[in-house]
Amino acid sequence: MNKLYEKYIKKESLPNLFCPGCGNGIIQIAAMDAMEKLNCKDDVACVSGIGCSSWIPCYYKLDVIHSMHGRALAFAEGLKLARPDKKILVFTGDGDCMAIGGNHLLHAAQRNIDLTVVMVNNYIYGMTGGQKSPTTPIGAKTKTSPFGCIDEPMNACKLVMSLGASYVARWTTAHPVQLAKAIAEGMDHKGFSFIEVLSQCPVQAGKNVWGEKEPAKIMAKYKEVTYLYKLGSNDPTGAMAEKNAEGKIPIGLFKNDENAQEYLERVEAKLAESGIAR
Amino acid sequence: MATITIDKACCKGCNICLTVCPKKIFVKSRQRNNYGTAMPAAENQDECIVCRMCERMCPDGAIDVEK
Repeated sequence: MNKLYEKYIKKESLPNLFCPGCGNGIIQIAAMDAMEKLNCKDDVACVSGIGCSSWIPCYYKLDVIHSMHGRALAFAEGLKLARPDKKILVFTGDGDCMAIGGNHLLHAAQRNIDLTVVMVNNYIYGMTGGQKSPTTPIGAKTKTSPFGCIDEPMNACKLVMSLGASYVARWTTAHPVQLAKAIAEGMDHKGFSFIEVLSQCPVQAGKNVWGEKEPAKIMAKYKEVTYLYKLGSNDPTGAMAEKNAEGKIPIGLFKNDENAQEYLERVEAKLAESGIAR
Repeated sequence: MATITIDKACCKGCNICLTVCPKKIFVKSRQRNNYGTAMPAAENQDECIVCRMCERMCPDGAIDVEK
């Protein structure tokens, strides 16, 4: 058994409920690794919505809210305002974060409130049986798009960057070391940290989106279809693009703005200005 | 020399470890895990370079590398 499980995981609930080869387990270990790196286990509280990915924090020996579908960010904002001393780690999926909870994502990013959001993007609604999600690529045959998906997929990183989130990164489950580093940086960062993780769902997205059921082969595909975007480089297409000229998805750190004003600081400043003690 | 143990109760037989190991230490075996699928076996353990990639990439945290 993994050495980090002793410290972070409720062992009586093992084995976890994820399907064989699901990327959520890799993200779970990466987040534990990030907490170990920062040595901040007692300061962390987790919030999650509904979906496969929202089961990730439920195995942690931490304070966890498993909240309503799409409302993870709303709960997290409330928790952050009530307990500013805690580091809030939000686990959410692509459907949870962008379809049902899309409005909450817009406003949390626009406020630049100090949260760390790990959005697990598996390109499909996995838990409910493989329906089309906002990130499903064009042409993918799913249960609700039997003739191939016709909608342009949403780009979550571009969305939150345009609204003013101050730390934005995208990694895949095939890059666990970089992912752990990004989560650690996001937790250390003051402001809205958004980390999109491209994950594999071998059961639902495997056959429909990637045409491949082996989890290892889907992860190899993720290494093929992505390229490393370097922050500050003169990349002509840039991090905002869906794909570059070769049709590859950019991954890496897209934005790290240390000077952006955080929501709680603005709240405190306004309260002090009005002469109200918190 | 490293000792690699695979937890029979946690492993689900997804075979990710077979591809991530740079030294190809994990091989398929006939042994079953508690989930009911075939689990890998760790052979030639003295070739292990302790990169711990299998630990990170095992979605169920079944692998432990002890140096």
